[in-house]
Amino acid sequence: MVALATAVGAVLAQTPVADPAGAAASTGAAEFWVFWILAPLSLAAAVSMVVLRNPVHAALMLVVNFFTIAMFYAVLEAQFLAAVQIIVYAGAIMVLFLFVLMLLGVDRELPTRVAQIRGQQPAALLLGALLFAALAVGVAGPFLGADSACNAPPDAVAAAGADAQPCVGLAAANEEGNVRGVARLLFTDYVWPFEVTSVLLVIAAIGAMVLGRRTERPEDLVDGRGVRKEPLRARAARPTGSTALDREAAE
Amino acid sequence: MQAAFPLVFAALLFCVGVFGVLSRRNAVLVLMSVELMLAAVTINLVTFGLLAADRGDVVLTGQIFALFVLAIGAAEVGVGLAIILLLYRNRATVNIDDADLMKY
Repeated sequence: MVALATAVGAVLAQTPVADPAGAAASTGAAEFWVFWILAPLSLAAAVSMVVLRNPVHAALMLVVNFFTIAMFYAVLEAQFLAAVQIIVYAGAIMVLFLFVLMLLGVDRELPTRVAQIRGQQPAALLLGALLFAALAVGVAGPFLGADSACNAPPDAVAAAGADAQPCVGLAAANEEGNVRGVARLLFTDYVWPFEVTSVLLVIAAIGAMVLGRRTERPEDLVDGRGVRKEPLRARAARPTGSTALDREAAE
Repeated sequence: MQAAFPLVFAALLFCVGVFGVLSRRNAVLVLMSVELMLAAVTINLVTFGLLAADRGDVVLTGQIFALFVLAIGAAEVGVGLAIILLLYRNRATVNIDDADLMKY
């Protein structure tokens, strides 16, 4: 599969892969190879995450996908983002996902039932394909030509002629180091969004705690002044309150 | 590497995430598919920053926006998993077909 993908990539890029040129050319070629090895791996992990029946297997496939995406960030000159992706996503968030899966005991296969919407999966497949067509035309379409030969080998940039955008400022932007550059921009121009994001994280943590608290009176959580109202559903805390019970109560 | 390759790859990844959101019925897996879509958007942001590398700090601006997307994704996972825990506590299932209390 990898060999096929690299062959297709060589055809698409129209660049000789075995390029015996200097260091600048080999950098572009290395990124090219890393991309065409990692992209099928990442897509295969994503598709198997969506398709696999066992949720724990799906979560592990998502870990593989996050690792490949972190390597993409490294290829795209975002080294700090690559480290953050591995630490936050592949580490913390995936542990959280697996923790919830095992806590709920839903790590086994869910009983297969008839879907409530008929033909849900074919419709989802069709909508996904349509969305991909729209995205490929709308987002990636303007950059399909050789005029966006960013990080390409120099001969590809030269072939593009006057339309080439050879990423001349990339070395200058990263010359002080990626982490230092990101930090300089984050704490000068973007310090206000940064602070707002920290407030958002605090709110999310408080919200998760409030939602996770076990109480029979949800009003207690939002009204702390001793106002006692009748709970809407006294049996909200019953552990086995299923939909069948709800339907019985409705009748 | 031409910028179209990461962009098409991100579009594919996003559509796989959309398919997961639309077709899976386990709420935890729906949340994971949303994470996949967020990752695709982040790749797009970094790639567009790289495209504008000759305009000073724009290359790092894309990465900073990607960082914000990562932080918001972390917050979303925290609240979303708490909601799923609450759903399981009240309904004893995480099947989103059974969470139909607000259905018309």
